[in-house]
Amino acid sequence: MLHISLAAEPIAHIGSFPVTNSLLLTWIVMAILLILALVVKKNLSIVPNKLQSIFEILIDGLYSFFESVVGHQVKMMFPLIASLFLFILVANWIGLVPGVGTIGFTEAIVAEQTDGSTSHETDKTNISETTATVVSEETQQSITTHEVLPQDTSVEPQTSETSKETLSTTHETKFIPLFRGPTADLNMTIALALIAVFAMQYFGFKTLGLHYGGRFVNVKNPIMFFVGLLEVISDASKVISFAFRLFGNIFAGEVLLAVMAFLMPFIAPMPFLMLELFVGFIQALVFSTLTAVFINVALAHEE
Amino acid sequence: MDENTWKMIMTGLTIALGGAIPAFAIGSITAKAVESIGRNPEAASDIRTSMILGMAFAEAIAIYALVTALIIKFV
Repeated sequence: MLHISLAAEPIAHIGSFPVTNSLLLTWIVMAILLILALVVKKNLSIVPNKLQSIFEILIDGLYSFFESVVGHQVKMMFPLIASLFLFILVANWIGLVPGVGTIGFTEAIVAEQTDGSTSHETDKTNISETTATVVSEETQQSITTHEVLPQDTSVEPQTSETSKETLSTTHETKFIPLFRGPTADLNMTIALALIAVFAMQYFGFKTLGLHYGGRFVNVKNPIMFFVGLLEVISDASKVISFAFRLFGNIFAGEVLLAVMAFLMPFIAPMPFLMLELFVGFIQALVFSTLTAVFINVALAHEE
Repeated sequence: MDENTWKMIMTGLTIALGGAIPAFAIGSITAKAVESIGRNPEAASDIRTSMILGMAFAEAIAIYALVTALIIKFV
């Protein structure tokens, strides 16, 4: 059966904080970028070796591209923009690695019906033959969900009290993948969008001082006052727009790949994988370019 | 008609309209960009950047429609 879930599923808990499968992959992406950066930094030399040459091409290409887009302000915002680009690029592409979305474990959902109201509890059982999408030799059954047990004991006395003869138990299994593309989680993209919009305000205040506040509170005449209000609303809508553009592209790509692999597993998904590589790159580029352009617009607010 | 029928109809309608109108918008953006590159080949790289930017905005609307359709169908 096809497994599509809009929200990222928790796979473990640290205390009471749920660790979702996209959070796990976010940490892996961070580790990749940090380790690469540290390795390159440690061996910096005037005559570059191969790894340093690759990074020089990358950084120089990004710098000249953003310089052509933004102008002379690029020096101030380049660390943020380039970090956004690299992080979103690696995060988008890591969602395409084989194993992401397919390796996982199954959980059984036991739904009990008592006088019209359903209470769901998830229960660790060893049902592994019911879902066809599980890679059988790598199903991890040892991941425990400790939070389920108190829930079990608190729900059961209630259901045993109500003596209804219409008690029916159905067993369904739910497949929970261990990995999920980081940007396919709406939490991540909203966080990135908030960072981008907050950076706009930060760079605006840093460059223009308090004069930047005149962009939003403009009391010269009533028309400009409404323009200021519109600017506030437009900045708020930028958060939504950034978040949903990135999330929609990557999540829809995941759904598309899942459906294509479900319909015809062998040759047909290949063009869609190429499309997803391209889309991942374009979305990273668009996110960082739009952030750069909006910061530039915010900085250019001069009377 | 019951709720499930309405959900199915609205899923299809959402993505149909929400995909057709941004497709038309992206096509007209590209048409104008290509025409202006033809008139002024020196500014080709500036025009290309602006075109990508404009297409990102137009495509975002299509993505909103797609996400809404997915939410209606699966949630």
